[in-house]
Amino acid sequence: MSVGFHELAEAPAGRMSSRWEGELLEISMGPQHPSTHGVFRMNVALEGEIVRRLKPVFGYLHRNHEKIGENTSYLGSMPYTDRLDYFCSMTNNWAYALSVEKLAGIEVPERAQYLRVILAELTRLQNHTSLLGFLLSDMGAWGTPLMYAFREREKILDLFESLSGSRMMCDYMRFGGCRVDPSAAWIEAAKRVVANYPAFLDEFEQLIVENEIVLARTQEVGILSAELAVSAGITGPMLRASGVNYDLRKVDGYGVYPRLKFKVPLGDHGDCYDRLMMRVLEVRESLGILAQAFEQLPGGPVVNPKVKLRAFKPPVGEAYGRIEGPKGELGFYLVSEGGASPYRYRVRPPSFINLTVLEDMCLGHTVADVMVILGSIDIVMGEVDR
Amino acid sequence: MKGILKGMAVTAKNFVGSYFEKERLTTVQYPEERLPLPENYRNFPFLVFDGSEAEAGLRCVACQICEKECPPQCIYIVKSKDKKPDYLGKPQFYPAKFDIDISVCMSCQICVEVCPFEAIKMDKDFELSRHERFDALLLKKDDLAKSNEYYHKIHPLEATEVDGRLAEAAAKKKPAPAAKPAAAPEAAS
Repeated sequence: MSVGFHELAEAPAGRMSSRWEGELLEISMGPQHPSTHGVFRMNVALEGEIVRRLKPVFGYLHRNHEKIGENTSYLGSMPYTDRLDYFCSMTNNWAYALSVEKLAGIEVPERAQYLRVILAELTRLQNHTSLLGFLLSDMGAWGTPLMYAFREREKILDLFESLSGSRMMCDYMRFGGCRVDPSAAWIEAAKRVVANYPAFLDEFEQLIVENEIVLARTQEVGILSAELAVSAGITGPMLRASGVNYDLRKVDGYGVYPRLKFKVPLGDHGDCYDRLMMRVLEVRESLGILAQAFEQLPGGPVVNPKVKLRAFKPPVGEAYGRIEGPKGELGFYLVSEGGASPYRYRVRPPSFINLTVLEDMCLGHTVADVMVILGSIDIVMGEVDR
Repeated sequence: MKGILKGMAVTAKNFVGSYFEKERLTTVQYPEERLPLPENYRNFPFLVFDGSEAEAGLRCVACQICEKECPPQCIYIVKSKDKKPDYLGKPQFYPAKFDIDISVCMSCQICVEVCPFEAIKMDKDFELSRHERFDALLLKKDDLAKSNEYYHKIHPLEATEVDGRLAEAAAKKKPAPAAKPAAAPEAAS
């Protein structure tokens, strides 16, 4: 990418100081971890410090996820989905399980449905909390708030570890339910974590809400209009920060979400501050969902006994299952020809599609703002590159 | 200015709090100090054998289901030519070779779930750094074979349940078998 330099060569030679004026300087941000968001590169054309053009460059973490999915069994893809968005393996599992269940017409027992809601909302808690930490880190509050966020996240990861065996690569859900039934002690521990969360959140909010630096760095920065957000297919907290009321938990009502009462917070400016606060508000709603889910959690089996683990062959057909992941609409599109592995396996990753409007949001802002805008999108490269 | 001071108050609270509250000081001085691993913790697979002799008591019958189902294909099994008695005393094949490349394994536990013989289970040993990348991380049958007592030690609840299941199966097949070492569910922890 040397567009800027071609223009430079044709520019009339003058004094050194004026020769660079009005010229674009093209620089490459990344791919060595621009702040904390993974191996992602942006080719930025700058005029002084102002961004005039921005081209995202993907693919540094590409590992053929979809092709692997087409060559392995349906069950074999489940652990690979953990590695998509490695912050939210539980929701990835759920989205994949949901599409296979749709494809094969599998019923999921009540208890498993509630467990899935509980784990998905816990995932949302830890994803949003660590995102807030990352964002503050991007704005120069290096380390400290991130460590507070990670301290809380670790409590949730401990829950995941004691349930599924792994902190991040949970591989917990199965077609027709979940793999392990949590013990009563686990439920109690999870309830305790949820009960203590508001106290942490109140404290953590003090670092964000009124902080003048945060306000100056995020308000009116990276505005995304509702029209652009809708036409670019943006989903999740980012879309709702722009004021569009679209939450798949309400729209699709998958799982047992219709039985749970919660509100969908909406922003009205669509700037970075709205996207930031959207996460705080969503965490508060998630805590409400969790409390209800624990209350209503029924007994019974956690997995449909009719589903075969080995030699699982769904009928010919296609299915698209989607859930409201912490980052947006996470969908899996599967085409079955009746074999042991899908004919086509496609992931609709929310952070990849949310990233497509990066240039529109960054134009006219300074380089320092690019980091904040990128952070507020909430990307995980494992999912962007697949 | 007010907001920044409020933020500073939070940091100060955490700093001072870390001296008095366990909640705020979560660091563990790792090699000296260790957190207990949860019962369900999983790392890499190992093969369970009954009794005291690894070769004789190996539950694996080389059915190669795990080899087939393993998503990253890190298991390599060679079936034996001859048969030898398994834990029920029934003649079965055994793995002449059983290798797991733990540099490829992604600890998904699918091998454990698909195994019909309760022969492969997840280990908890995570301190596996080696000086060499290839052969040292390719675990052979001898490295993989671990006793049922060890299984009881790392997964007490699960192992007791498995022993119960095996005893039940043994009782169903043979009302009074002569040798069934697996059917002795000691509640060892």
